[in-house]
Amino acid sequence: MANPLANNAAHSHDAHDHEHHDQPATGIKRWIFATNHKDIGTMYLVFSLIMFFIGGGMAMLIRAELFKPGLQLMDPVFFNQMTTNHALIMIFGAVMPAFVGLANWMIPMQIGAPDMALPRMNNFSFWLLPFAFTLLLSTHFVPGGMAAAGWTLYPPLSLQTGDAFPMLIFAIHMMGASSIMGAINVIVTIMNMRAPGMNLLKMPLFAWSWLITAYLLIAVMPVLAGAVTMLLTDHFFKTSFFNAAGGGDPVMFEHIFWFFGHPEVYIMILPAFGIISEILPTFARKPLFGATSMIYAIASIAFLSFIVWGHHMFADGMPVAAQLFYMMSTMLIAVPTGVKVFNWTATLWRGSLTFEPPMLFALSFLFLFTIGGFSGVMLAIVPVDFQYNQTYFVVAHFHYVLVPGAIFAIMGAVYYWIPKWTGHMYNMTLAKWHFWLSTIFVNVLFFPQHFLGLAGMPRRIPDYAVQFTDWNMVSSIGGFCFGASQILFAIVVIQCIRGGKKASALVWDDARPHGLEWTLPSPAPYHSFTTAPEVK
Amino acid sequence: MTVTRGNVDHSTSRPRKPLLPGGLGLAALGMAASAGANTSNGYNLPTGVTDLARDMYGLHMEVFWICVGIAVVVFGAMIFALVKFRHSQGAVADTSMLHSTKVEIIWTIIPVLILVVMAIPAADLILKQEDTRNSELSIRVTGYQWKWEYAYMDAAEGVDFFSTLARDSNFARQLNSGIDPNSVPNYLLEVDHPLVIPSGTKVRLLLTSQDVIHAWWVPDFGAKRAAIPGFVNELWFKVDPGKEGIYRGQCAALCGRDHGFMPIVVDVRTPDDFKKWVGEQKAAIKQAALPTPAGAPASAPAAPPPTAQALPN
Repeated sequence: MANPLANNAAHSHDAHDHEHHDQPATGIKRWIFATNHKDIGTMYLVFSLIMFFIGGGMAMLIRAELFKPGLQLMDPVFFNQMTTNHALIMIFGAVMPAFVGLANWMIPMQIGAPDMALPRMNNFSFWLLPFAFTLLLSTHFVPGGMAAAGWTLYPPLSLQTGDAFPMLIFAIHMMGASSIMGAINVIVTIMNMRAPGMNLLKMPLFAWSWLITAYLLIAVMPVLAGAVTMLLTDHFFKTSFFNAAGGGDPVMFEHIFWFFGHPEVYIMILPAFGIISEILPTFARKPLFGATSMIYAIASIAFLSFIVWGHHMFADGMPVAAQLFYMMSTMLIAVPTGVKVFNWTATLWRGSLTFEPPMLFALSFLFLFTIGGFSGVMLAIVPVDFQYNQTYFVVAHFHYVLVPGAIFAIMGAVYYWIPKWTGHMYNMTLAKWHFWLSTIFVNVLFFPQHFLGLAGMPRRIPDYAVQFTDWNMVSSIGGFCFGASQILFAIVVIQCIRGGKKASALVWDDARPHGLEWTLPSPAPYHSFTTAPEVK
Repeated sequence: MTVTRGNVDHSTSRPRKPLLPGGLGLAALGMAASAGANTSNGYNLPTGVTDLARDMYGLHMEVFWICVGIAVVVFGAMIFALVKFRHSQGAVADTSMLHSTKVEIIWTIIPVLILVVMAIPAADLILKQEDTRNSELSIRVTGYQWKWEYAYMDAAEGVDFFSTLARDSNFARQLNSGIDPNSVPNYLLEVDHPLVIPSGTKVRLLLTSQDVIHAWWVPDFGAKRAAIPGFVNELWFKVDPGKEGIYRGQCAALCGRDHGFMPIVVDVRTPDDFKKWVGEQKAAIKQAALPTPAGAPASAPAAPPPTAQALPN
């Protein structure tokens, strides 16, 4: 096994020649010209956290307006701008960059590589994002304000957007280009830079989940780019792709959008599956149950994601055969997802469990993501979906899979690996507070939304009939408390970067961390593995 | 229909409930629904007043209870593991069984079977929902930003009017209006001219839109479908005889600024009363067509429908 510290020492002789290879550059240049996977990973994660708070701030405004009936704070247009941009920022700005950041940090370390395969493209794909989101957020100041047609951008409504429209589309193009480059980098790295002996089936689950996610990204981001470009030409160049009056078809946009949109949903959850599959075995002190079938399950979910998009559009009118097809294909997703949940449960079974913060988040994921899965099965049942479609039931469903699903997995991953990144342990007590407050209030926030939806409250409305008051108040209180709890996360992370108890190489000494990343010292050396380790 | 009792309860039937209804108790609390009541108990789907809505409710509860059953088993196993296999209780990891093809096949097959059990009645209901044949009354519903137009066909041919948010709701919903929504009867769920339909009759709606995508939804009928420019979508419902009354819904597709403010109100009457109403409407249209200097626009009934709520305008 290579000792990276020794490598660093050996190289320090000619440090003045090869400084940029061994040591980070100093000052702002380190970040602007970053090609190191750890620096870029850090930037992705910091960017994601900033976007999480901006998108979260929008959510707080939404919940504040919905606290009671009547309009107290904002015009309905501003409300629609908040729902639209909350979604865009959380999806493209918070969740996806967080996963890319984790991929940057962890994939080279997990597969025994020194860095990502394409470091300059890595730099470019990160630096597109600040520009894309600055552009997106700056639409607040142009005539007409931010886009307000929902993140799904359905025409004809989205064509009524003001000057924000071309800016939004350009921003989406930049985000898409960034995602595609990030995905290419992951695939090239995994395919070419695995340590000797690490065949694909020996590869850690997180790297596996990202490999599959990367293919999904390459497959669908161009579809989104095509869809928004058609919107652009409909708006500015008199084409009629989606304009019924010109012979176009507004429903075609929905088909194209959701052909992107459904795989996109899995892009936001598959890496989370990978993370949970890393954390549970460590703190259960036994290997993942059925690791190979876990990989097959991820691959099946990825495949199914391409043939279920119609389930977003049942209420738009669809032939019976199509309704049956999309219903059954959607229900099928429950099978590999069930396999994953069962395998995770079997991993806990006859284990030896401890409850460190990453484990707590992983367990919370296990329960709450499964609740999101149940409501997902209910939504797949077409004839009842007519009652759920476009109500708060849907809002509850996808927030259950995205907040205690994707976001909790990301936070669990940070709590799991951050000692490896910084070399410091963090404040466990504060992290546990963060966990308990988040888990309690995420349910106070989203569980009542099931009731609201079933009782008939449509989504995306700024004001509601008085019979929906009680549950909206509960939900808003949960929202404010959940939002406030996230400040603890930022505090724990910042403290951990600045200092703390020294972390050992294994970090979780009395648990069972497994994988190449734990063979590196903490903090991990600037270039992860300068000599490839042997994998038996 | 609704008698306003002070300023606490204006929803048609729902008594204000305490904040916490027994957690997961989503079971049907069969509300003794007064005529025309919203048949939702405030946290579950409405039991409905049409065949379709009842079937939807039944299937919803079936799938819900199956999910609860699975949840009990899966969460039970997880909780058992969390309690039983704790390091602090001296549990030692048993790493002997890392996979088992038999177990994995079992927990692949069982979910498939459960899904089949759900899919069969679902497929049945889809066929029923899509069968719009032999309708007795067709109404063309057109969505606009932000109102609905109802144009009757068949026996009521010629009756055609717009339906917009009632004025008192509209005043109260303005930003910082100073009006307490609780003091407005049926806040945001009242219109100037409700859709009037006969009970016991298969009504078919033909939905389209003049601008952006809207969706017409009355939960108690189990009826929701998008109204899309350039398309005509169909849906049908048949309100049970004896369930005459007022039913309410809202636009269910984001359609711009006032998406939250284009409700749907349906006034269900007995076939006889409906016939009478059609007669009145036709007479009013004829009246309006007479050469008077300020004739009402042909698209709106000259007189407010007799059932219009006692609104302060």
